[in-house]
Amino acid sequence: MLLLLIILLLILGGLAAWLSEKWHPDLPNWVSLITVIVCGILTVPLFLSGANEMISLGDTASSWILLLQFEWIPRFGISFIFALDGLSLLMVALTIFLGVVAIISSWSEIDYRPGFFQFNLMWTLAGVVGVFVALDLFLFFMFWEVMLVPMYFLIAIWGHEQRAYAAMKFFLFTQISGLLMLLSILALVFFNQASSGIFTFNYFSLLGANLDPDVAFYVMLGFFITFVVKLPGVPFHTWLPDAHTQAPTAASVLLAGILLKTGAYGLIRFTVPLFPEAAVDIAQLAMTLGAVSVIYGAVLAFAQTDFKRLVAYSSVSHMGFVLIGVYAWNELTLQGSVIQMIAHGFSTAALFMLAGALQHRLHTREMPEMGGLWLDMPRMGAIAMFFIVASLGMPGLGNFVGEFLVLMGAFKVNVTITVIAALGLITAAVYALIAMQRVFQGERNATRQDLEDFGTKEVTIMVLMMVGLVFLGLYPQPVFDMLDPVLASLYQITGAPEAWLGGTP
Amino acid sequence: MTHQELFSLLPMITLGSVILVLLIVVAFWRNLRATCVISIGGLALTLGSIWLVYTGAPVQVTPLIMIDGYALLFSALIVMTSAGVLLLSFDYLKHRGEHPDEFFILTLLATLGAMVLASSTHFASFILGLELLGISLYALISWPAKGLLSLEAALKYLILSGMSSAFILFGIALLFAALGTLSFHQLAALDWPASGSGHYYLLAALSMILAGLMFKLSLVPFHIWTPDVYEGAPAPVTAFVATVSKGAIFVVLLRFFVLTEAYQYQSVVLGLSIVAIASMLVGNLLALMQTDVKRILAYSSIAHLGYLMVAFIAGGVAGGTALAIEAASYFLIAYFITTLGAFAVVTVMSIDSHDRDSSDLSHYEGLFWRKPVLATTFTAMMLSLAGIPLTVGFIGKFYIFAAGVQGSLWLLLGAVIVGSGIGLFYYLRIIFTMTMKSDGAHPAIPMPVAGSCVVLILTLMLLALGVYPTPVIEMVNTVTETLVS
Repeated sequence: MLLLLIILLLILGGLAAWLSEKWHPDLPNWVSLITVIVCGILTVPLFLSGANEMISLGDTASSWILLLQFEWIPRFGISFIFALDGLSLLMVALTIFLGVVAIISSWSEIDYRPGFFQFNLMWTLAGVVGVFVALDLFLFFMFWEVMLVPMYFLIAIWGHEQRAYAAMKFFLFTQISGLLMLLSILALVFFNQASSGIFTFNYFSLLGANLDPDVAFYVMLGFFITFVVKLPGVPFHTWLPDAHTQAPTAASVLLAGILLKTGAYGLIRFTVPLFPEAAVDIAQLAMTLGAVSVIYGAVLAFAQTDFKRLVAYSSVSHMGFVLIGVYAWNELTLQGSVIQMIAHGFSTAALFMLAGALQHRLHTREMPEMGGLWLDMPRMGAIAMFFIVASLGMPGLGNFVGEFLVLMGAFKVNVTITVIAALGLITAAVYALIAMQRVFQGERNATRQDLEDFGTKEVTIMVLMMVGLVFLGLYPQPVFDMLDPVLASLYQITGAPEAWLGGTP
Repeated sequence: MTHQELFSLLPMITLGSVILVLLIVVAFWRNLRATCVISIGGLALTLGSIWLVYTGAPVQVTPLIMIDGYALLFSALIVMTSAGVLLLSFDYLKHRGEHPDEFFILTLLATLGAMVLASSTHFASFILGLELLGISLYALISWPAKGLLSLEAALKYLILSGMSSAFILFGIALLFAALGTLSFHQLAALDWPASGSGHYYLLAALSMILAGLMFKLSLVPFHIWTPDVYEGAPAPVTAFVATVSKGAIFVVLLRFFVLTEAYQYQSVVLGLSIVAIASMLVGNLLALMQTDVKRILAYSSIAHLGYLMVAFIAGGVAGGTALAIEAASYFLIAYFITTLGAFAVVTVMSIDSHDRDSSDLSHYEGLFWRKPVLATTFTAMMLSLAGIPLTVGFIGKFYIFAAGVQGSLWLLLGAVIVGSGIGLFYYLRIIFTMTMKSDGAHPAIPMPVAGSCVVLILTLMLLALGVYPTPVIEMVNTVTETLVS
């Protein structure tokens, strides 16, 4: 019930925020901030106690903490299933936290129709939380599509110069790949019915689906493409730079921070467990795509003069590690992937917030027009330094743990790919430091007016993210503890990691 | 004719009597409000009688008419849609003067024709229904008969529809020559020759009948009239053409194919597949180039009929008939709700514009900030046409996918995906236009009471059936099973 409550709260909070615009233009921000914080408080008990109390599902050891299930459309064997395990819990918590970040970052930026803005923001959050907890394939697909519409509005109404183009591209990429997934879902369901006689969209029932290997590969491909588009991996990444750059800050934070993670989550939760054999077939290709993404994203990031675009391409590079990690499929790489997802959520959200703050003050995103900003805004400069360093993978911070674990685990599976991906750590340092130098150091433009530094709200939220990254970097064990039962139950489905691709533990 | 058979005709008798009453009333007392009340009341009575008759169904009334669940379901849908169209017309016509009472009578006549089509099991009743529907529409399309645009539209529809009727009649004659009967049930009982001259007679007959019906369904390559007629006709009439007229014809076509063995001809199925793919692609591609909402909806309806044909073709796959009929039925319901809703918004927008409907995209700029509720409902309609979840259009598209996957129609499903992708472009363009920052140079839009109610009810239905479709799915499921057995 708790999960349903959170989603309903977000939906109703969004409506309330929209309506509250009538009374005061600041009211929507407060309404949505309070709603999201309440949602965050609701998840705290799960962290404190829940991770140790599993629900039993049949005979096997289960990793599920919460489960809600009732009939929805019995004609098609569709039920309403919300379930939460350690992985979902981490993702939901990240979503809610970045929701707060997004609201804070929109506080002073959005003055056109703030009510409708907050409404769309909240509904995006509701959709994403739904994606992370829906365990009926039909329900999952529904949330998957629903989260797009409010995000489309966020980009199309409050975006920058090229917002129409960017919003359309974002929607088309995700929607068309989504239809491929719908086709795959239906194919899986019908083939499962043919072999087992049960017509169902229930994830737990479909896990053991007995498919002809040739068919399974094509069905799997539908899921794979959808999630890789979202992740995004080269060559499906072209929507991302446009969408991230044109979106308003809050939407960029949500896009980079959590919407990309739905792709990675989908791969871990659906693509591999539903089609373990077919996933092995595509693993080499997927890891290659991951390595290409790492390098290609980094090279393109280096070539950008637009600060937001640079951060956007760096996301392609960082998510490449996640793709490698998922398809290397051993304990180290999966733990690394999840850490990377969370750390990337923090660091990229912070960088987008900085980019938004810069644009709000300077009315440009072009780095050649910046320079020497540390002198004007020392607080912002120091904060930027921290996140830039985190983003390039400084040991002691979360991103390093993620990337290091992925590389260490992937080395046992495929040395070549690991070596190529490891080069990404060097290129990351190049583009990240160049960005820092161009924006905050160097010659100060003498004609520049006085600029306002970060205020209390921004500094607070930034410090929270810094603490998160340091914590992940120095003591990631709590995250591993939450993931352990999840990984154990995943291995029950896919077989032990030792068997994967013939790698040795 | 037994007592029970006569009773089964109650819906048609009710509607017929209402038309007669209305004719007499109008002869003595022309009052728009009274005419509207009588028409809507009559449709409500008809709906009630459909419910009464349902308990006794199925009943075969003479060889011509079959009153079964399938016929009654779609009769009810047609009646409700007509009521919506008439409610929309009330304000629309009120602002245009002249004597609009005949408009109501003609719409009711067309509704009666559509009901006959939905329940016909014989080519005689089929032609009767078709012409009753078509002839009423000629007059309705040209309604205020002042603008060139509507006259052009009516003339185009008259000529092309007349020609397609001729095709259908010739096809029926050939069918009769080959098999010697026009009753669907007797046709089903006969052995259809698989070779020889009879075979070619049948192929020619089926091709001509299908060509004629595709004109009326506006499937590619018989779609040329659609955008002009949609644009020229008054908005409520366009809604009627797009929903009731096409729906009724599809319903009888599906019944004919399921009852008889017309699916056994591979060449016919192949032809239908090509038509379906062409409709999805051409409809969606041409819609991209339009700047008029009515024309966009015209091309989008061509594409939607293409999606519908996927379910139709799936009906021919062994073992998949039941699901295919169910899919087509649900998709039709979704299509009716969404299309009527979209045109309802166009009607409301056009209440005050006299020479032509304000359907140009520029009228919709910044609608979100001028009329938030109207714009939100229109957004819901567009998202439903695009097949986004939480709307009834998504469940409809889901059904099409399900029917297609069960029938292994991978190529057709690929076309559905490509078509939907292209479709997103123009649906999103309309939504984007509505979100543009308005410069305030637009005239105020008065909100008519009846029209607003229709828009709101349709939006609520659209969301309700999108979120919790189970009751309607169960209804459709029980009803369509009668057709298969």
